Amino acid sequence: MTSVFLIAAVLLSTQDTTAGKAVYQKWCAGCHGDNGAGDGAGARHMLPPPRDFTGAIYQIRSTASGQLPTDADLMRSIDEGLLGTAMPGWKTRLSDRERRDVLAYIKTFSTFFADTTLRPKPLDFGKAPGGSGVDPLRVGRQFYDSIGCRKCHGDQGRGDGPSAPTLKDDAGHPIFAADLHENWRFNGGGTVEDIYRRLRTGLDGTPMPSFSDLLEQKFLTDTELWRVAQYVRSLSPDQPPAVRDVIHAPRISGALPRSPDDSAWRAADAYWFPLVGQVIHKSRWFAPAVVGVSVQAVHTGDSIALRVVWDDRSQSPDTAWLAHVGRVLAALASDDSTREQPTGWPDQLAVQFPVAIPSGMERPYFLMGSTSAPVYQWRWSSAAKGTAVSGLARGIERFDPIPGGGTVVGAQAVYDHGQWRVVLTRALATSDTASQLPFRTGRAIPVAFFAWDGSNGEHGTRMAISTWYFLALDEPVPARVFISPVLAMALTLALGLLVVWRAQHKTSFRRQQ
Amino acid sequence: MTARLFTVVGGMFLLTVCSKGDQSTVRAAPAPAAQPAVTPSEAGGTITGKIKFTGTAPRNRPIDMSEEAACKAKYKTNPPVEETVVAGPANALANVFVYIREGVPASAKYQAPATSVVLDQNGCRYHPHVLGIMVGQGLEIVNSDPVLHNIKAIAKKNRPFNVSQPSAGMKTVRTFSAPEVMVSLQCNVHGWMNAYLGVRPDPFYAVSGPDGSFKITGLPPGTYTIEAWHEKFGTQTATVTVAGTESKTANFTFAAR
Repeated sequence: MTSVFLIAAVLLSTQDTTAGKAVYQKWCAGCHGDNGAGDGAGARHMLPPPRDFTGAIYQIRSTASGQLPTDADLMRSIDEGLLGTAMPGWKTRLSDRERRDVLAYIKTFSTFFADTTLRPKPLDFGKAPGGSGVDPLRVGRQFYDSIGCRKCHGDQGRGDGPSAPTLKDDAGHPIFAADLHENWRFNGGGTVEDIYRRLRTGLDGTPMPSFSDLLEQKFLTDTELWRVAQYVRSLSPDQPPAVRDVIHAPRISGALPRSPDDSAWRAADAYWFPLVGQVIHKSRWFAPAVVGVSVQAVHTGDSIALRVVWDDRSQSPDTAWLAHVGRVLAALASDDSTREQPTGWPDQLAVQFPVAIPSGMERPYFLMGSTSAPVYQWRWSSAAKGTAVSGLARGIERFDPIPGGGTVVGAQAVYDHGQWRVVLTRALATSDTASQLPFRTGRAIPVAFFAWDGSNGEHGTRMAISTWYFLALDEPVPARVFISPVLAMALTLALGLLVVWRAQHKTSFRRQQ
Repeated sequence: MTARLFTVVGGMFLLTVCSKGDQSTVRAAPAPAAQPAVTPSEAGGTITGKIKFTGTAPRNRPIDMSEEAACKAKYKTNPPVEETVVAGPANALANVFVYIREGVPASAKYQAPATSVVLDQNGCRYHPHVLGIMVGQGLEIVNSDPVLHNIKAIAKKNRPFNVSQPSAGMKTVRTFSAPEVMVSLQCNVHGWMNAYLGVRPDPFYAVSGPDGSFKITGLPPGTYTIEAWHEKFGTQTATVTVAGTESKTANFTFAAR
């Protein structure tokens, strides 16, 4: 009897997995490899690397640390993808049937799934306790400290804790402690519930442990662990930052805010721009550490100030991160014939404009211009953080500082708990209007951003880049802006009265007839 | 029509298979306890030996504990160094895991001891650095430091785990279900903390002491392949035949690298 069942089971499983194998080979093997070992052709172009299915170790689970994931857990990762990684969601790309089949096939890469004694059992997560405001967050912060979150995630949660530079995954690949201010990039999702689940289950295969034992040992209560999740959630904005194309620089009446922490910045709108790895020119870079910059701008009519803020886990160069740089360079495929030696590279920022405001839609090549059509750049480096250099970039590998320094670009920078805040300033006018962009109000001025995290091995062409966006210096508001609505209202009223008067006039005229 | 029939039949099979699977799991669970376990004979054979190395031992790297004042304070006289190569007098080599790789009959079942093996986290280091455990035996992980440690087991044949102990006095007990040489234990908060755990289905293993010596006792008569494992110097094997209660010697010499 048993043998009949076995044969049936084998038949059924082969049926499932043949279909799953076809889906896998078409869509998954490119990264995860033909044998599921996470060694596909694309594997060495991404950090974190693709999952190795042979060990059946999964980060995003509803089960205790060390347990297998449930099918629902695996389906969630297939459907939604893993945010902040190269893994996309497949829900809209593959049919239900295809996703179920590929899930069954992925499980065949490890014998653990066939072991019936290891059947995964989801934990009971309960519900987030009520209460809002400062007190629950204060409790959350207290336990954030006492259970040691800050060791890796840092005092302010930007992934810059003292242990952060040493972190590796099970395979020895470098791994970042999550920047808790970017919940839209959390692998397992950014809601309070998602965060609480990660605290309970840990992220297997990574340094992130499970904190479930602490509940059993009464180190903290379930409510207190939920408070940690709520505190962590509170570090990120309510909504992921939306990308708006035009930076509006209001004209301010006071002094130009040259310091990154000048109170004038509190009133200025911030614009967020995503950055991606530079993968167009050799040497390409697939693992940029700076994922975006937040930009504010103001002007006084004479000068402009640009405040660029971005999260960076290290104030480079920092010898504590050298081993991490070595691991990054070892993990990624390189265009170089010989592998680079880890070096203490600085952090850098470049802000790019055209040499003059374009009259039409034509803009120079976004990736640092070309020999025939250069771009005007301001470059800042943590190696000399109180200065900036202006110059012309003629392609990605050629930057010519303007002889004599040109129109002075001022710089002030602050590094604070995993964040750079840099203010760059310049006079609007310039004597060299041919190559050093004269800023004019009321015009859309193309602008682009580039950032390097030296402690992630970034320098030269290995950087994070943006495309062209726009900067608009608002003109002083002319008096007619305030008068026209009043005039329009008065005119409408007058017209209305006229219509009413005429209607009444006609009626009385008819009545008389 | 044929396809539909097949689906129905297949579905019935599936249902039956699944339900059978459930039953067998439930029934199988108490089985290991019911089986009489072989207790290693006190009077069995013994293998002893000394482990040495040739060449110059690499210098163990110093550990910078300045981030953890509470741990650093525990090293008043000798600043802490890593334990990659722990050498004794006359090039004796400690922390070598010695076990019977082949020769113990697969049919022999050995009951895991009821007492747990203790792994202590003290002074931001693991004590001991290399240890052996039997399948099913408890590994009691203790935190003697007033700081956060996480304990991550990196395993291939066993399920891994990663748990946290943020304060002194915390205890976690874990077991391992399959033989594996070695399971790596790490703390990610303190990148220098690592330990190695040999998981065996039998009690015939030992870890060499500071003088490089080891002793495996209670062996049934037989011919055994012994393997000596060192985290830096690799592995070596020897074949030893033991009869009755006799004592045999197996010395190992590693080349420093």
